[in-house]
Amino acid sequence: MERDTAGSPDGSDETVAPGDAAPAASQSAKPSAGDGPETAPAPTEPPRVEIRNVTKRYGSVHALRGADLSLRTGEIVGLVGDNGAGKSTLVNIISGALQPTSGEILIDGSPVSFKTPIDARHAGIETVYQDLALANDLNIWANMFLGRERTVSGPLGKLGWLDRGAMSRQSVEDLKQTKIRIPSVASRVGRLSGGQRQAVAVGRAVAWGSRVVLMDEPTAALGVEQQEKVGELIKTVAESGTPVLLISHNLPQVYSICTRVVVLFHGRIIADLKPAEVDIDEIVGWITGSSLIAKEMAK
Amino acid sequence: MSASGTEPTAVAEPDAAETTEPQDTVPWFQRFMERIGPFWTLGVLILLIVAFGIAASSLYTKDAWESTATYAVEYLLLAIGETFVIITGGIDLSVGAMLGFSGMAGALVAQHMLGVHDSSTLTTIVTILVMLACGTALGLINGLLITLLKLPPFIVTLGTLTGITGGINLLNGGNEVSILPAPINSLGIDSVLNGWLPLPVLISIVLAVVFGFVLARTRFGLRTYAIGSNETATRRAGIRVDRHLVRVYALSGFLAGVAGLMVTANLSTAAPINGQNDELYAIAAVVIGGASIFGGTGTIFGTVIGTAILAVLTTGLVLTNVQPFWQQVAIGAVVIIAVAVDRVRTKAGTD
Repeated sequence: MERDTAGSPDGSDETVAPGDAAPAASQSAKPSAGDGPETAPAPTEPPRVEIRNVTKRYGSVHALRGADLSLRTGEIVGLVGDNGAGKSTLVNIISGALQPTSGEILIDGSPVSFKTPIDARHAGIETVYQDLALANDLNIWANMFLGRERTVSGPLGKLGWLDRGAMSRQSVEDLKQTKIRIPSVASRVGRLSGGQRQAVAVGRAVAWGSRVVLMDEPTAALGVEQQEKVGELIKTVAESGTPVLLISHNLPQVYSICTRVVVLFHGRIIADLKPAEVDIDEIVGWITGSSLIAKEMAK
Repeated sequence: MSASGTEPTAVAEPDAAETTEPQDTVPWFQRFMERIGPFWTLGVLILLIVAFGIAASSLYTKDAWESTATYAVEYLLLAIGETFVIITGGIDLSVGAMLGFSGMAGALVAQHMLGVHDSSTLTTIVTILVMLACGTALGLINGLLITLLKLPPFIVTLGTLTGITGGINLLNGGNEVSILPAPINSLGIDSVLNGWLPLPVLISIVLAVVFGFVLARTRFGLRTYAIGSNETATRRAGIRVDRHLVRVYALSGFLAGVAGLMVTANLSTAAPINGQNDELYAIAAVVIGGASIFGGTGTIFGTVIGTAILAVLTTGLVLTNVQPFWQQVAIGAVVIIAVAVDRVRTKAGTD
């Protein structure tokens, strides 16, 4: 599953190596003997995005009890967990919609703090929302550039005169990466098929998300065939270098496309697994907590 | 459905099939309506002009044109602002009241100033500024109430419609004001092009062109559409939606102020009933012009056509000696027909 990604200059060995990738909170499911070649991509460069010991409390409720997570170039990390495990809290913290009670977020090794989702976007964190957040009455390029419109140079530009040509050309370029066929960037988004709309939303996120792309249940509303296409799309994004954090209930999909799967359970990340090394039932075991209990018992 | 502008990379065939599929399942007349798009209203306008012209050839005279065009000015100005508001998914019921209030407030200032000294130029400038400022301020109040209190635009502007109407009468005890500086009176009756283009008509056409471009070609216009299309997405895109909405309602108020000036100048009188019920015609013009009352679509071009349809219908019915009450019935029918046709049209657009 792992590919030697562009932009990881360390040329880390094929990561079928039984590297124990689990960071802080717990051990990986398989306490495999290999502490040999270290954790997966040798950390010569800091992770694109790293969160350290992040907690979030709502009054007496601990939604997050200290979560650690890092995303490196080219990774597709699946974030799974049962309802109420803290997934959306974690995602909202990374995307700037919520502020953590404690803990740190680092981008390329330097700490940041987001007061609003706009701050996060300026830092290169883009989110693909479940509802795609597209304006159906606008055409494709207008959706791609909404909120970041380009204006022509000169006095007309000061008045907000749009540079439609530039935006439309750039959108064609950006959407090429998604490899999904789009009729024309001048088409209204409301006229597109579900898969094409998804491609526009993902294409937009990739075009602007220089650090990481968060995807919140991107396939929940799609048919099987389109789910597969979105899966391909996510892989394309990661291959281009931008790490993807995929939040999904669709375990088979997570299992098939992610390079790592982290499991949230009661506000903690209790497992950090590689689909190449575990089977899907084991992931389910961690999600339900039964693997955790088994491990506690074994101690 | 042209594939222009995109290079088909790694083409997924089923997807391509999917885009063409809706076209094959819709009836031919829906496809036809879709093809001609908003231009169907232009066809209706031409049809009306031809039909009324046959019934009463006096429609093709300078007098008929002048009265039709002058009649349309006030509705067109209000409808331009209303177009922006409706595209955001809102509604402004207070445009007629704002028109009346700004006209009255400006006229009172003029009356007072002319009583003290007679610098007609200064009085004219101040009067115009007062009218525009009153309209803008009232629109601003609408916008602030809607965004700060998170109230539905329908309720807020229904309230301000009533309140402002009361305010107009409070300003001058329900009386008219007819003492105005000479330049304002001549603004209402002067014309260019040998009398074919009255000044108020010229001014409203210029404003329609300017705001047509603002809506279709600028960031302000794009964001106006975006808010009406998907407000949540627009917020997520980092756009300050509330601030934008306040500006849109203020724009509607500003144009009501301009309309107040035009109506007062044209009648040489600021009457408390100026602008009464105008909101209905403004909304009708916007809706006939193809804007969706749910927001996201509409054009100034469509609104101009919509206003022209209302104006031609009114003149035509007068010239053909139809009892005036039928005019209102006809306009009501046109509004409903326009929305019904539009529904058929947009269904073909697979929403």
